[in-house]
Amino acid sequence: MTDAETVTIEEKSYSQGQLVRRRFFRHKGAIVAMIVLGLVVLVAFTSIGIGPIPGWWDKNPVSQYEKVGTGAPTWAHPFGQDSIGKDYFALVMLGTQKSLIIAFGVGLISTLIGTVVGAFAGYYRGWVESALMRLTDLLIVIPLLVLAAVLGKIASPWGIWGLTLMLGIVTWTGLARLVRGEVLSLRERDFVVAATAVGTGAQRIIFKHVLPNAVGTIIVAATLAISAAILLETSLSFLGFGVQPPDTSLGLLISQYQTAFTTRPWLFWWPGLMILAIALSVNFIGDGLRDAFDPRQNRSKA
Amino acid sequence: MPTLDLTSSADIVAGGDAVLAFTDLHVTFGTEFGDVHAVKGVTLEVHPGEVVALVGESGSGKSVTSTTALGLLPGNARVSGSVRVGDKIVGDLDPAALRKMRGNDIAMVFQEPMTALNPVLTIGDQLTEALQLHGLAYGSQAMARAAELLEMVGIPEPRRRLKQYPHELSGGQRQRVVIAMAISCDPRVIIADEPTTALDVTVQADILDLLRSLKDKLDTGILLITHNMGVVADMADRVAVMLKGDLVETGTAEQVLTNPQHEYTRRLLGAVPHLGEGSGQSDEGVRASVEKEKVDAAVPALELDNLVIEYHRLGKPPFRAVDDVSFTVGPGEIVGLVGESGSGKSTIGKCALGLIPAVSGAVRILGEDYGRLRRKQLKDLRRRIGVVFQDPAASINPRFPVGEAIAEPLAVHQVGDAASRKQRVMDLLDAVELPRSFYNRYPHELSGGQRQRVSIARALTLEPELLVADEPTSALDVSVQAAVLEMFLSLQSEFGFACLFVSHDLAVIDLLAHKVVVLQNGRIVEQGDRDTVLRTPREDYTKRLLAAAPVPDPIEQKLRREDRHRLLAELGDEIVELRVDPTSDPEPPAGRKTPGAEGGNPLGGAFHGG
Repeated sequence: MTDAETVTIEEKSYSQGQLVRRRFFRHKGAIVAMIVLGLVVLVAFTSIGIGPIPGWWDKNPVSQYEKVGTGAPTWAHPFGQDSIGKDYFALVMLGTQKSLIIAFGVGLISTLIGTVVGAFAGYYRGWVESALMRLTDLLIVIPLLVLAAVLGKIASPWGIWGLTLMLGIVTWTGLARLVRGEVLSLRERDFVVAATAVGTGAQRIIFKHVLPNAVGTIIVAATLAISAAILLETSLSFLGFGVQPPDTSLGLLISQYQTAFTTRPWLFWWPGLMILAIALSVNFIGDGLRDAFDPRQNRSKA
Repeated sequence: MPTLDLTSSADIVAGGDAVLAFTDLHVTFGTEFGDVHAVKGVTLEVHPGEVVALVGESGSGKSVTSTTALGLLPGNARVSGSVRVGDKIVGDLDPAALRKMRGNDIAMVFQEPMTALNPVLTIGDQLTEALQLHGLAYGSQAMARAAELLEMVGIPEPRRRLKQYPHELSGGQRQRVVIAMAISCDPRVIIADEPTTALDVTVQADILDLLRSLKDKLDTGILLITHNMGVVADMADRVAVMLKGDLVETGTAEQVLTNPQHEYTRRLLGAVPHLGEGSGQSDEGVRASVEKEKVDAAVPALELDNLVIEYHRLGKPPFRAVDDVSFTVGPGEIVGLVGESGSGKSTIGKCALGLIPAVSGAVRILGEDYGRLRRKQLKDLRRRIGVVFQDPAASINPRFPVGEAIAEPLAVHQVGDAASRKQRVMDLLDAVELPRSFYNRYPHELSGGQRQRVSIARALTLEPELLVADEPTSALDVSVQAAVLEMFLSLQSEFGFACLFVSHDLAVIDLLAHKVVVLQNGRIVEQGDRDTVLRTPREDYTKRLLAAAPVPDPIEQKLRREDRHRLLAELGDEIVELRVDPTSDPEPPAGRKTPGAEGGNPLGGAFHGG
């Protein structure tokens, strides 16, 4: 009811950002997911430390320790030990670190490329649009896993950073299409026409007038791109095209210990649970953001 | 607030035979910001064969009130009080009984006929749906009845129309189809929610004629929801005025419109621009503003020379939206561009802004030809033109705070530094009578009128010599419109800009234009001084336009209506009315024009009146 809404807004005014934040924090699933993701990130990076900085966990992922029983989880080794006695908690934390870096890196790169491609295609139309969107179509018709596998192999000498870059380069297509659609409708709005009429240049219109209004779509698509990147990295590493030893990642851990599934199931379950936790919580956050940016999809109980 | 009931006792018919009765109706919406009390104790009755107009500005709760009668409020609404349709109490019905009631006892005519009809179903499918759902007729029998209904509302060749889709019909014809759907199950009462707001004035007059004959011949009660006082004067027997959920005044149309008692009603009526009473602008005003600005009076602000604009269509010949149009806007002069939808008036406005290229002819702004400018020169020329659009909600970037929006032209043309820009914005906020504290507010926090003021301030930021205003007040409530127009006039005398004022509302043009240009289908029908064109029009089309514009006085409007019918008879047109006694074969009666339904027009029938 628009009538009802105008009355309310007059009573107390919120800026658009405040409205979004308010709606987001009322989404319980998203809040829980944010806490879970926060904990995962915190534990993954503080426990074994990054690079030269040491963490609070007293064991490291490379040393072999004396095996306690079969290597099943104990107080000394909460995630258990692998067949040669490595501390599995430290290993999983290292894998989580790498997987998170790859996921967020891929999310960032693909969002940047997708936004720029979509915005230029949608705003300029004509041959720019044709060229950019045919390129997008081309990337879409090649099976993503095959393309990512080939490029990942090429980039393997540069470690996980090379893989991140390559995955970012192949996963922006969906976002570009979304942004283009949004820009196509925004460019016909009166405030864009008004900006054109005072002599505003194309770049300024795109970056100051159009894209800020598409930010909802972009943020939501970016979160979903992150969770998709986690899964893509995992499947690639599992297939042996992703992260290469001595580096490790959650997918690689599962792949390395897949034969141990029946004898030492913890070697399979812990990295699997981490993947699940990260992907699910990122998805829930994306859900919460979408509801917050788009009040029309309101699911609040009356 | 106590309701002033002016209805004299003789007019009150015994309460029992009312077809629609609201008794102490309260509606509250639960929102995420707390409860909103939208309707606060409305008591109202509609009797058979009577039109009750529910009047109020946006947000007054008039649409919510009427929606309760259909039981169509959203889930977060709480209703108390009773709504009676015929002999049924709406609140007591279960969903099945509610469905049975809708259509059979009460029907609705919506504001926007394009969205009220389903674009993927034929007219016939949609008309027969209600008949079949309510078990009144099936198959070929239902089709025959549907053709009969179309015949009744005056749509030519009904059998052929049944197989057509909504987009093949003009706006007026679509609204007739919606009305045909509403009367298909012979309801006792029809709720018409702004039934003519989306239509051109000549089409509006036709639809009002049709609705009037409907209540006369079928004895249906009509609850007419509108903000247009002219429509009220033309149609209503009784009027109820709503303000913020309260019913502040009820009475017969004559009582309320000619002798309003409540202060709000008086204010509302005072704000309605009255065609024929426009103060207009005198030539002295122009001269004064020209002298003030010391501009060369010989160089017109805008000069259109045999302008032709075409829209290119895929696989079809280009559509000529503007054909051989020439007129000039002198410095300091306001020229009103009038026409119905599709007449090309907005296209001309866009061309004057350099947003659409001309196919042939020339557009000269302040002596410079658009076609011959390079990019740099074009940008410089744009500094000297301002623009105000129709919908203030759409024309301000929702992500910019007000101050930044107004300062944007300065930033684009790199004028001044941050401090001087802020000072300029503050001056402009003063000029458009907005508080300076609005500097950091966002557009969605502002009301429609305030947003339009921001939009006008932004247009004036660079002190343009020419302002293009495209229907700047038609999205606003009347009282807001009056204030904005008044401010616009004082700004014009202060800043002395020339203005191309595009509008469909003759009364608004009458209020502020020096010269008037009347457009029809991309061609100029008539142009000249405001007095000449609006008082003593030469062309039939202008006469028809003027005759169709309703005035907010029931007695004067009745005379105008009769004049209009006389004029239509003279011009050989038919007066629209409900044909309740169709011949056995509903085939086209000869001689009626069939506008816009087929071919040759990219925007479907929108270019012609029904």
